[in-house]
Amino acid sequence: MAKKSQQPTGNDGANSDTNNTGNLSEEQLGSRLDSLERQLKSRRKDEVDSERRQGDSAGFSAALRLSTDFVVAILVGAGVGWAIDRFVGTAPWAMIVFLLLGFGAGVLNVMRSAGLVAENRALRPGPTADTKERKIDN
Amino acid sequence: MANDPIHQFQITKLIPLEVGGVDLSFTNSALFMTLTVALSAGFLILSTNGRGLIPGRLQSISEMCFEFVANLLRDSAGSEGMKFFPMVFSLFLFILVSNLFGMFPYFFTVMTHIIVTAAFAVMVIGTVIVYGLMKNGFGFFKLFVPQGVPGALIPVIVFIEVLSFISRPISLSVRLFANMLAGHITLKVFAGFAVSMIATMGAAGYAVALLPIAFTVALTALEFLVAFLQAYVFAILTCMYLNDAIHPSH
Repeated sequence: MAKKSQQPTGNDGANSDTNNTGNLSEEQLGSRLDSLERQLKSRRKDEVDSERRQGDSAGFSAALRLSTDFVVAILVGAGVGWAIDRFVGTAPWAMIVFLLLGFGAGVLNVMRSAGLVAENRALRPGPTADTKERKIDN
Repeated sequence: MANDPIHQFQITKLIPLEVGGVDLSFTNSALFMTLTVALSAGFLILSTNGRGLIPGRLQSISEMCFEFVANLLRDSAGSEGMKFFPMVFSLFLFILVSNLFGMFPYFFTVMTHIIVTAAFAVMVIGTVIVYGLMKNGFGFFKLFVPQGVPGALIPVIVFIEVLSFISRPISLSVRLFANMLAGHITLKVFAGFAVSMIATMGAAGYAVALLPIAFTVALTALEFLVAFLQAYVFAILTCMYLNDAIHPSH
């Protein structure tokens, strides 16, 4: 917090420096540019740090979701195929087909959780498309 | 026995009770569910009792909880979804408080039993299906037929969408259960390392045992994060699934 409140004043100083460069020697100008660079660098580092911290918890909750979504869909596919085989008597075929379909469902689940597939809702104008978009941004 | 990492999940009967051949005993799991409900309901009732226009400290906490879940639901399901607010809020608070209860030593963690999380997941998906069918009739099944897919691909896509839908309650329950279970086992195993090191190595063991103890401290912090994140993930997924029931045009 303290760092952040100092930043604007430091920057203002740098701005006013650049305004009256006309009557400055090359050396002074160089040193001022250096200090400005340093200030900008520290400020950028702060921003990147806070961004990364936010990303950490969001990324963690996404990771928790993605891993199970993928594995479970494959298991469900295999399970449904196995059940069909058992009741219809088409052993191994339904299980093979549904295992592959389950794999597809797992990929779909993961893409949806990651917001890479816009849940087809973007095709539809209206409030639902709006809310979808916002969620993907988050 | 002291080092058995599974022992903490054992269900013990506190008050044996049997009604018509059905075992309705009051167990330690039931005790902690009751405590969770009592604590969360009691806290909300007492803290909002003053109904201050300018909230005090406690009232701010309960208002923050309320706002957090309300924004979550409104963002993903729209204002139409707010009729499900009581359900989502109770679910979030129950999972959060029971997970945090589980962080006390010697306390029982309700969410480490898959039957509890599965019951929640079935309730959520049941609500989605029943409400979706009530509101949209057969239009609800449009959920499984995405728009803009070429006709030849539709049969395959429908199967994939149905499998994806079936996998939802399972992944919802397994995620919560597995994370809480694995976290508590890991904590116990690392703490157990320290005990057995001291028991077998004597004086040198005390120095070496610092390592697993440091890990246990770090894992405890991680577990607090997981306790919150799991409640959050469960709540946000509930909101997204309810959104499908309200707007199935997917």
